[in-house]
Amino acid sequence: MNYEKKSLANRIGFWVVLGIVFFFFMFPLYWIAVSSIKTRTDVISRVPSYIPYTQFQPTLDNYTSILLGTTIESDTGVRASADLSVFRDRLTNSVIIAGLSTLLAVILGTLAAYAVSRFHIRGESDLMFFILSTRMLPPIVVLIPIFLLFSNLNLRDSYPGIILLYTTVNLPFVVWMMKGFFDEIPVEYEEAAMIDGYSRLQAIWKIVIPEAIPAMAATAVFSAIVAWNEFVFANLLNRTYGATVPPWLNSIIGVGAVEWGRLAAASVIFVLPIVIFTFLVRNYLLRGVTFGAVRR
Amino acid sequence: MADTQLAQRTRTAQFEGQIRPRFSWFTDRWIAISFLTPTMLLLLFISIFPLVWSLYLSFTDWSVIKDANTAPQWIGTANYLELLTDNRTWQRFVVTGQFVVPAVVIELLLGFGIALLLNRKFTGRGAIMTLLLIPMMLSPIVVALFWRFMMQGDGVLNYYVVNLFGLEPILWLSDRYVAPWSLVIVDVWMWTPFMMLISLAGLSAVPNYLYEAAAVDRAGTWFRFRHITLPMVMPLLLIAIIFRTMDAYKLFDQAVVLTGGGPGRFTQTASMYLYDVAFGQFNTGEGSALGYIMLIVITALANLLIRALNATKST
Repeated sequence: MNYEKKSLANRIGFWVVLGIVFFFFMFPLYWIAVSSIKTRTDVISRVPSYIPYTQFQPTLDNYTSILLGTTIESDTGVRASADLSVFRDRLTNSVIIAGLSTLLAVILGTLAAYAVSRFHIRGESDLMFFILSTRMLPPIVVLIPIFLLFSNLNLRDSYPGIILLYTTVNLPFVVWMMKGFFDEIPVEYEEAAMIDGYSRLQAIWKIVIPEAIPAMAATAVFSAIVAWNEFVFANLLNRTYGATVPPWLNSIIGVGAVEWGRLAAASVIFVLPIVIFTFLVRNYLLRGVTFGAVRR
Repeated sequence: MADTQLAQRTRTAQFEGQIRPRFSWFTDRWIAISFLTPTMLLLLFISIFPLVWSLYLSFTDWSVIKDANTAPQWIGTANYLELLTDNRTWQRFVVTGQFVVPAVVIELLLGFGIALLLNRKFTGRGAIMTLLLIPMMLSPIVVALFWRFMMQGDGVLNYYVVNLFGLEPILWLSDRYVAPWSLVIVDVWMWTPFMMLISLAGLSAVPNYLYEAAAVDRAGTWFRFRHITLPMVMPLLLIAIIFRTMDAYKLFDQAVVLTGGGPGRFTQTASMYLYDVAFGQFNTGEGSALGYIMLIVITALANLLIRALNATKST
């Protein structure tokens, strides 16, 4: 499959088809990004405009409004459809909840994965399948009892409740991913260190963990994205306190006229970390989206 | 580089360790137990216990609002019988199936096609591929929001429908025949990259000598595809299909934002129906039963798919 040997027609055809594919997948992203820097008039204009400065005058008002709570001058006389000022609080909550739950999931899951990878445990494959099966459940099935459980324990509308929940949601993933990575680190490394006088814990801390850090980072990124994006549980459990961004994005539409400009700005802010993270873990994407089932 | 660091670390181990290994009382057995316990406790407490509880509730007529202070009343299989004889339940599963099948098939064909296209060397390949993979990393809520913005009555899609193709504006989200397909389109946008990623992994694993051998035998393009590429990629494609089917079956977030189940109930999926029964009508017992019906359906489906996977692997 040598590209240089292909004919000119083949190459042109290739780039045309690739262009169409690229356009289909990038257009919605571009459209939201470009809408976030438009004034209200430009956003609701029937004729779409794409190029700032030539087709429309860009503005950062949507961003300052959503982040600093300032009002936009053109707002006068227009009734805001929903409370847009809470976005900043929601964003803070999302960062805290996704961050802490990821930290917990990666620490606990890595320990469990190490134990499964290195020690002989009776019924090991059953154990791993059990761990996986808890993740394959439709979340909606456990939604009712989780709701009741959290109500009884006063864990609704709290940080610890949702953080523990997201930790549990991500644990199977972390265990499976990290077991795969640990299996690839030769046991001889630790054995050599232990022959030289390290205890098992010292060997883990000083030999294994440093080797596993990149894998742990990639696993953490995937877990954080899951927690960051989660909607069903967040929408039901944390309504007044510790509420995250996704339920807020959902609540805004459906209430009167939608402030698309500011909603676009909020979406861009919410999505930007994911785009950056995707680039950071691009070499682990295949493993990440298949629970470590597919490796290269 | 990594090896020299490692050698250094093992060397320090010699000096530090010889005096007295710390935590030597902490035997492997105790380490295994204490490493596994927190994970198992959390899974038992937050995954398994709720599951058992909802199994119990599914045999009761309990409602979280009406019966908050009374114990659940055991009514046997009444919830299940009622649900299974109710036409609405079947309709929701039909709606779900009519979403899952086209969505997964189109994603598979499109994703595999794009993978065939990208399976060559060209400038900017890495960057283009990573950009194409962004949609599947986004929150379904945000994805649905993007598309709702584009699909609304006077949105950008209808501008081109009217001005480029000279057609009537399409009611993407409120026409009973179009709205289910809009859900499919959005899902295809979001998840085709997933199929593409896995297909590419499969394609790049096909050894080149097979193609060379085929070229020696003057095998045609179709023959090479049918007898070399496809069989080699098949197991991976099936894994992708399993993942996507199980995931698409749960469809909730996107549909909530895009159509809210409307118009009428024409896009209300099984998950949305369950949510409505459990938290709209507060029939907790019936909702739990519906959850178990969903669980049985998906388990059966997953078993069929995994059997198909094992069949292709063994041949």
